[in-house]
Amino acid sequence: MTDIPLVQDFATDWDHSDPQWVADPYPIWEDLRQRCPVAHTDRYGGGWFPATHAGVSEIAKDTDNFTSRTVVIGNGRPGELDLPAPIGVAPPITSDPPFHAIARRLILPAFAPGPINALEPMIRELCAGLLDGSDGKDVVNAGTDYARYIPPGVIRGMLGFPEEDVELFLEFVHIILEGIDHPEEDRIIEFEPVEAYFVAQMEDHIANPRDDLTSYLLNVELEGQKLAMEHVFGTMVLILVAGIDTTWSAIGSAIWHLAHNPDDLARLVNEPDLMPVAIEEFLRFYAPVTMARLVKHDMEYMGCPMKEDDWILLGFPAANRDPIAFKDADRFIIDRAENRHVAFGLGIHRCAGSNLARLEMRIALEEFIKRYPRFELAEPDAVTWAPGQIRGPRNLPIRILR
Amino acid sequence: MKVRIDPEKCQGQGRCFSIAPGIFDFDDLGSGVVIGDGTLSDETMELARLAQANCPEHAIFIEE
Repeated sequence: MTDIPLVQDFATDWDHSDPQWVADPYPIWEDLRQRCPVAHTDRYGGGWFPATHAGVSEIAKDTDNFTSRTVVIGNGRPGELDLPAPIGVAPPITSDPPFHAIARRLILPAFAPGPINALEPMIRELCAGLLDGSDGKDVVNAGTDYARYIPPGVIRGMLGFPEEDVELFLEFVHIILEGIDHPEEDRIIEFEPVEAYFVAQMEDHIANPRDDLTSYLLNVELEGQKLAMEHVFGTMVLILVAGIDTTWSAIGSAIWHLAHNPDDLARLVNEPDLMPVAIEEFLRFYAPVTMARLVKHDMEYMGCPMKEDDWILLGFPAANRDPIAFKDADRFIIDRAENRHVAFGLGIHRCAGSNLARLEMRIALEEFIKRYPRFELAEPDAVTWAPGQIRGPRNLPIRILR
Repeated sequence: MKVRIDPEKCQGQGRCFSIAPGIFDFDDLGSGVVIGDGTLSDETMELARLAQANCPEHAIFIEE
């Protein structure tokens, strides 16, 4: 990685893994909006980055000219090795119309507000238990010891996998997250123990159906047929990949913000009803997720000569900071009443887990500030940010003030 | 005045029924739906407008 040249001009050579972008991308995006609203790069085989809300919005909704068949930028052009649209590797996130709607309909009921809101007691218990583990410490790592464990704990509970397997489950999650972009032949070997465990859980659920996500996926029907075990496994992998780094990042960013903005922390402690509005501002200001698209065919688009299979980096976090779409876009306003942020995307690929992500964020923050009403960054310079398409703090040492 | 949601535009972002649960509800897929016929009183108008101003998909319409 060390021999990759640093970016000199993000308008003509953007790179979302460049150290400057990883550390603080917001000034870069503001500069692009003013002088080059659709930036280009030859890196990764070639791609485009719209920096405005209007540009992001238009491309997100344009499934005629852009495909979702790959949503994570790889080292080169995807080429013919990639599975074709409209299904893709991990439906529905990698699917295009018309198949997309079928695959999405399958999972939406499990992530609708009804079943998700019922998870609140389980999530609260999980968060409180994690905080019990750090009780009495002066410095708590809110990234690696708290935020990181919440999404996998919640998903384990949703899937109905045994509580005593929590360590094993975390290890499998690690294998999946690390291995998802490895070459197919490596991934098959790495996933073997994971798949064996998941299949054993599925078989147990077939023998003993219960009210959880695993039983739901095993029983749901697509055109009158139940899903194959491989399809159920694939959907579980998607849920893990899409639901863990993302929500971990969102929770971590919110705690990071509160740790160096004591006025906002005090308001949340004193005005608990403000939390839902604050969550939306955390999502706008620190949107963790950037998705990719591919150009479907050669065309002139937004004045740019786009070629088939060029990448599009769809910066929802950049759209959220566009001053044309948001008043005082670069100010975090904890009680911002009007907030049309696009942290969960726009159009048909709106994050299917958005209701769950919001619930996890709310409970994680409520429990954290209930336990620790005053805290600060223990070592501001030690905070590290995840590179790439999911942005959030990883190492996040927090000093508890008493 | 009445409020309605355009089901073609609604993607289930979930803002309307969180902000104004007395006016909006959700269906089995998590899409927003208007409760009843959507008639707004002076009191509910403000909340409906707030929900409209928070819909990222611009799917909420308030009409005569």
